[in-house]
Amino acid sequence: MAKFTLRTTAFALAVMALGISDAAAQGQPPIKIGSFLAVTGPASFLGDPEAKTLRLFVDEVNARGGVLNRKIEVVIYDTAGDAKQAATFAKRLIEEDKVDVLVAGTTTGETMAVVPLVEQANIPFISLAGAAVIVEPVKKWVFKTPHTDRMAVEKVYTELKAKGMSKVAIIGGSGGFDQSCRAQAKDLAKSYGIDLVADETYGPQDTDMTPQLTKIKNTAGVQAVFGCGFGAATSITAKNYKQLGMTQAFYFNHGVGSQQFIDGAGGAAEGMRLPAAALLVAEQLKSDDPQRAVGLAYTQAYRAKYNEPISTFGGHAYDGFFLAIDAIKRAGSTDKAKVRDALEQTKNFIGVDGIFNMSPTDHMGLDLKSFKMVEVKGGKFVLAE
Amino acid sequence: MSSQFVQFLIAGINAGAIYALIALGFAIIYNASHVINFAQGEFVMLGGMMTVFLLALGMPLPIAVLLAIAATAVAGMVLEKLAIEPARGASVVTLIIITIGASILLRGLVQVAMGRNFHRVPPFTGDDPIPVLGAALLPQNLWVCGVTVLAVLALRWFFTRTMWGKAILATSHNRLAAELVGINVRLVMLVSFGLSGALGALAGVLIAPITLTHANVGIMLGLKGFCAAILGGLGNFPGAVAGGLVLGLAEAMAAGYLSSQYKDAVAFVLILAVLFFLPGGLMGRGSTERV
Repeated sequence: MAKFTLRTTAFALAVMALGISDAAAQGQPPIKIGSFLAVTGPASFLGDPEAKTLRLFVDEVNARGGVLNRKIEVVIYDTAGDAKQAATFAKRLIEEDKVDVLVAGTTTGETMAVVPLVEQANIPFISLAGAAVIVEPVKKWVFKTPHTDRMAVEKVYTELKAKGMSKVAIIGGSGGFDQSCRAQAKDLAKSYGIDLVADETYGPQDTDMTPQLTKIKNTAGVQAVFGCGFGAATSITAKNYKQLGMTQAFYFNHGVGSQQFIDGAGGAAEGMRLPAAALLVAEQLKSDDPQRAVGLAYTQAYRAKYNEPISTFGGHAYDGFFLAIDAIKRAGSTDKAKVRDALEQTKNFIGVDGIFNMSPTDHMGLDLKSFKMVEVKGGKFVLAE
Repeated sequence: MSSQFVQFLIAGINAGAIYALIALGFAIIYNASHVINFAQGEFVMLGGMMTVFLLALGMPLPIAVLLAIAATAVAGMVLEKLAIEPARGASVVTLIIITIGASILLRGLVQVAMGRNFHRVPPFTGDDPIPVLGAALLPQNLWVCGVTVLAVLALRWFFTRTMWGKAILATSHNRLAAELVGINVRLVMLVSFGLSGALGALAGVLIAPITLTHANVGIMLGLKGFCAAILGGLGNFPGAVAGGLVLGLAEAMAAGYLSSQYKDAVAFVLILAVLFFLPGGLMGRGSTERV
């Protein structure tokens, strides 16, 4: 009988505790995460999965009871890729919506437009954009999740060097992402002993790259071609490359890391290689790889909710969101300075982009190991290392 | 040098044929109504995207292609019926602005319905390059050129040999006189938009296997087609074809022999030069002003 009473009491206590925590969750204001993303416009293939990912995992964390007994609320604005809009929305998020942390900025342009605001308002900001300038030099309140384009070039050059290939031709678009990649490729060439023998450009809306590729084909001694770009143009480049019967090794940067690239090229992408986040090949990682579980979990959750293939871009938002949650948990509050300090002290955080180890001198926290070299084989990305 | 030149030639003619088809669409509507239809690029996009959509429903390629062209022709007529006809009293500038609005609407609808991703349409007959004089030609390139030639011939026959074509030409020459002799001008407008829609969609399905297609593919193609139409003399059919070819070749040669960075600039500099020296276009008649 006594036992029974004890059990009943325990049950009653548990119910009460639940009630209290529930009351706390309702009584306390939610933790607010602010975001501005290029959900529409030319960078929508990046911003759209990012927004979807944020919504998906906010719901998931709330279903598990939230963080610090508080619900999470996300406010997302669509910049359509416009840097000026990004600055306006960032101001609104900080001053009117009074968000606690920003996980935002699909493109480098949007991010850089917001950096001065963020530094002035003293609010932690995790950017989802690629370029190295965002965190080099380090800015006190600014962090980022994706690998930099510089790392992508380093990864490719490392492999070229290992294979003894030194004469490289570049083909890329005239857009910001492509140009940044091209600049890094030129900048790093000397230190890897790479000789850039051709450099061809196409417009972002171009539909035929055979003239540019023909020039590369007729340049003597090209051992490998390096493509800087993303979107439809890269698939067309791959198709034209095959059309011209070119046989040199072809490497792309990480911008083509989506199944769309392969499908768009219609078989022409076979054998082409690129550095990509481990997420892209999560199923193929060894079972003891710490990134396997988190990559698979993300893939399954995203597919189940949206019924479309994942891209590495949505993964950047996943990492940004959970880095913020992790830092808020460790800070024990949403005090902006404490969250910032906690973010900077992030160690061994296993995300889909890699394992983050932040420091006062490194606000990205990823190293080359988090990039995997993958090859297109049989219409899929296959781990090539 | 020669194989390189042949390769640039192939690229140029291929792009030129597509520009020509789009320019013809501009010319037909311009002739019938003096409206420059800025939704012409969206017809190109609709052709490609509808094909993708119908293929996804499991239809065989030829049927999907034909249905997509027919559906776009209908879309052109609906555009005329719902947007242009109710505003027929308005000035030409107003009508042009309406077409810009329509193009944004079409683009938006397709983005909502089919997403913003790019899609591939399988080539009509294989994907293996054919070697020609050291250069490589895709079977689809032959389709583009062959079908464009056929389309131009068919149009020529339509405008010179059929009652309908003659009615459209009559309307373009003198709308009032055409109305007086009993031509149903409203129907002529409807047919011209349908025909333009079909031509745009034809261009769209022909290049989709080579260039992929997406909701925004029509913007640049429409603009280039417009340039070709201007280049050849707005409203002039042989001029539209010539303008398209000149533009395509100029682009390919510029990308190949000059710097590929200035490729798009070449097209627009060419337009400026032609408008400056030959205001009526390459094949334009000297403009006559009736007082």
